[in-house]
Amino acid sequence: MNDDAFLEVSNLSVGYGATRVLDGLELTIRKGEFVALLGASGCGKTTLLRSIAGFVAPSEGMVAVAGRDVTRLPADRRGMALVFQSYALWPHMSVAKNIGYGLKLKRLSRAVIDRRVAEIEALLGLEGLGARKPAALSGGQRQRVALGRALAIDPQILLLDEPLSNLDARIRLKVRHEIGALQKRLGITAIIVTHDREEAMAMADRVVIMDAGRIAQQGTPEEVYNRPASAFVAAFMGAENALTLYGRIAGGTLWITAGPHDAGAALPLGGRKLQSGPMEARFRAEAAELVAIDAPAPVAGELEFSGHIETASYLGGAWRHSVRVGDESLFADAARSFEVGAPVRLRIPGDKLFLFNLPAPERGLPLPPHVAHEPTERLLQAT
Amino acid sequence: MARAGIAATPAGRPVLSLDLWWIPRGMVLGLIAFVIFGPLANLVLWTVAERWYFPHALPLDYGFSYWGRVFAARGNAMDSLANSLIVAGLTVVVALALAIPAGYALARLRLPFRAAILIAFLIPQAFPNLTVYVNVARLFYQLGLNGTIPGVVLVHVTHGLVYAVWIATAAFSAIDAELEEAARSIGAGALRAFLDVTLPLAAPGLLASAIFVFLESLDEFTGSYFVGAPDVNMLPLLLYTAGAGGNYQVASITALLLLIPSIGFMLVVERFLKSDVLSKVGR
Repeated sequence: MNDDAFLEVSNLSVGYGATRVLDGLELTIRKGEFVALLGASGCGKTTLLRSIAGFVAPSEGMVAVAGRDVTRLPADRRGMALVFQSYALWPHMSVAKNIGYGLKLKRLSRAVIDRRVAEIEALLGLEGLGARKPAALSGGQRQRVALGRALAIDPQILLLDEPLSNLDARIRLKVRHEIGALQKRLGITAIIVTHDREEAMAMADRVVIMDAGRIAQQGTPEEVYNRPASAFVAAFMGAENALTLYGRIAGGTLWITAGPHDAGAALPLGGRKLQSGPMEARFRAEAAELVAIDAPAPVAGELEFSGHIETASYLGGAWRHSVRVGDESLFADAARSFEVGAPVRLRIPGDKLFLFNLPAPERGLPLPPHVAHEPTERLLQAT
Repeated sequence: MARAGIAATPAGRPVLSLDLWWIPRGMVLGLIAFVIFGPLANLVLWTVAERWYFPHALPLDYGFSYWGRVFAARGNAMDSLANSLIVAGLTVVVALALAIPAGYALARLRLPFRAAILIAFLIPQAFPNLTVYVNVARLFYQLGLNGTIPGVVLVHVTHGLVYAVWIATAAFSAIDAELEEAARSIGAGALRAFLDVTLPLAAPGLLASAIFVFLESLDEFTGSYFVGAPDVNMLPLLLYTAGAGGNYQVASITALLLLIPSIGFMLVVERFLKSDVLSKVGR
C-alpha cells in the first residue's frame, strides 16, 4: 500500500436493495491533496462522499484515515466536515452560532470560540454578519457560512458536496477560485463532488471520473483532458463528436480505412494501445478545423471528412458549426462562419483524435456501412 | 360617513364621493359576528343571570351569586377544575413522551408499514366511544385503575395520541435530515444533534400537538365518566350534571372556563404553526 496515503478507500461497495451504487471502489488520497469526484448524476459520486463522511454504511470494504479504520465509526467521530449542497445551515441559529457550533461541542471556552469565529468570518469575508440569521443572507454568503462552519473545527478532511451548484453562474466562477485558493493556503485535504468538469479542473489537483459506481479514470486535470482512457471519459471531458472508424495497425502506424466521406489516413500510433478493428473515434469541436471544399489537401497525420454545414452559431471567440457528414452531425469550430449548406472539409489532427477499440462485431451484426464494403486502403502520405 | 372620502378630479375641484359598498359588506360581517358571538353572548348572559325565564328576552335580575357558588370552598367546581388541569397536564406529558420518539422514528426511519402504524393510532377513535370506554372501564376496574387519576390519564392518552403522533411526525418530517447530518458531521453525537438542531426546530409543531392534546383531555367526557366518576370528577362532568339539572348558570360558568384554553390555543397556533408543518400532517 501507498505510504503517503492519508485517506484510503478500499474495495468499497454500497448497495441500496438490489442495486449496487458503488462497486469495489479503490481510492487513495494524499495529505493536503484536493481531489474532485466528477461524474454524471447517479454515478455514485455523492454516495462515495457520504460513505467517506459516515452517512452511508457500505455493504463491503473499508475507509481508513491515516491508517486507522473508520468504516464503522459514526460520522461525528471521523474528524471530517461535510459541506452540503443545500448548505444545511441551522435557521434558528445566527451566523456566529452556526460557525461556532462545532467548537462549542469541543467544550472550548466562550473567548476561544469567539476568537475562532471572528477568524473564520474574516477569512471568508463574513465580517459584520455574525448576528444575522441564515435566512437574511444571500446565496453566496450562505455558502461561505456553510464552508466556515466546516472549517472552524479544523477537520482532517474537508468534504464538499456540489457546494457551488446553487450559486449564480457569475458568483460560481469567483467562489470556485476562492475555495481552491483557500484549500492551498490551509493545506487541508479536501474532496469535492461535482458534475461540472471545468469546476473540477479549476479546483482540484486530481480529477476522479466516476461511471456507474466505478472509477473510470483518475489523474491530473491535464491527463484526463488530453489522454482520456475510455470513450466515456473522452465524452465526459468534452469530446462529444463520435464516429466509428475501422483501423489497422502496422508497424507503429494506424491505417484508417477510407469511408464514403473520408479518404482514410495514416496516423502515427503515438503510444495508443489499440488493436486492428472497428474503433470509436472522439474529438472536441475546438480540435477540428473547417476548410472550404476546394482547400489544398491536408498534411500528413490528419483525418479529413467532407460534409456540409447544417447550422452555425457564435459562441464568443469562435463560430461553432454543426457539420453533416453522412448520417452523423459533427460539431466543429472555425474562426469565421460558413454559410448554411456550404460544402466543407472537416480536418482533425491525429493527436487530437481519441481512439478506442470497439468490441469486435458479433456474427449477424453488420459492420458500419462505410467499412462493410471492400476495404480500400489509400496512403495519403507515408510518415 | 365611514366610507366618504375626498377625491380630486382632474379639474382640481374636490368632489365628495360615497362608497355604498360598505352596506352589504357590513351586513355580511354583522351576520357572521352574530353567528359566532350570539351564542357566546347568551352564555355570558347566563353566567350573570340570577333569574331568567320565558318569555323574557333578557334576564330579570343580574348578579354573581352563581359564580360565588361555583367557586365556593364547598362547591365541587374547584375540585373538578383542579382534577381537569392535573389530568390534562399529565396527559400532555405522557402523550408527548410517547409521541416525540414515535414521531421522530416515523418521520426519519424507513419503517415498514409506516402508513399502517399511523392509522393504528386512529383506532381508538374509529369505534364508538361508549363501546370502547365501557370495556376499558370494566378492564380498569379489575386492574384497580378505575376512579384513579392515572386511569383517567391513560384513557385520555389513548384518545390524544393520534393527534400527538401525527402532528409530531409532521413536525419532524418538515425538518430536512441534512440539518441534523450537518451537526453530526462536525462532531455532534446523535442525541446532541437531536437536542440542538431537530428539537428546537420541531418545537412549534410539538407545542401545537401539546396544546391539542391538552384541549382534547379537558373536553373529554365519555372516558372521564366511565373511568373517573364518581371518584375523579372533571369539568365536563360538572357541566353535564349542572346542565342536566337545569342549572344553566353553573353550566355556563363551567363552559366559559373550558373556553379559555381553546382561545389560547387558537392564538398559539396562529402565531407558531407554520403551514409547511400542517401540510405534512398524516403523511
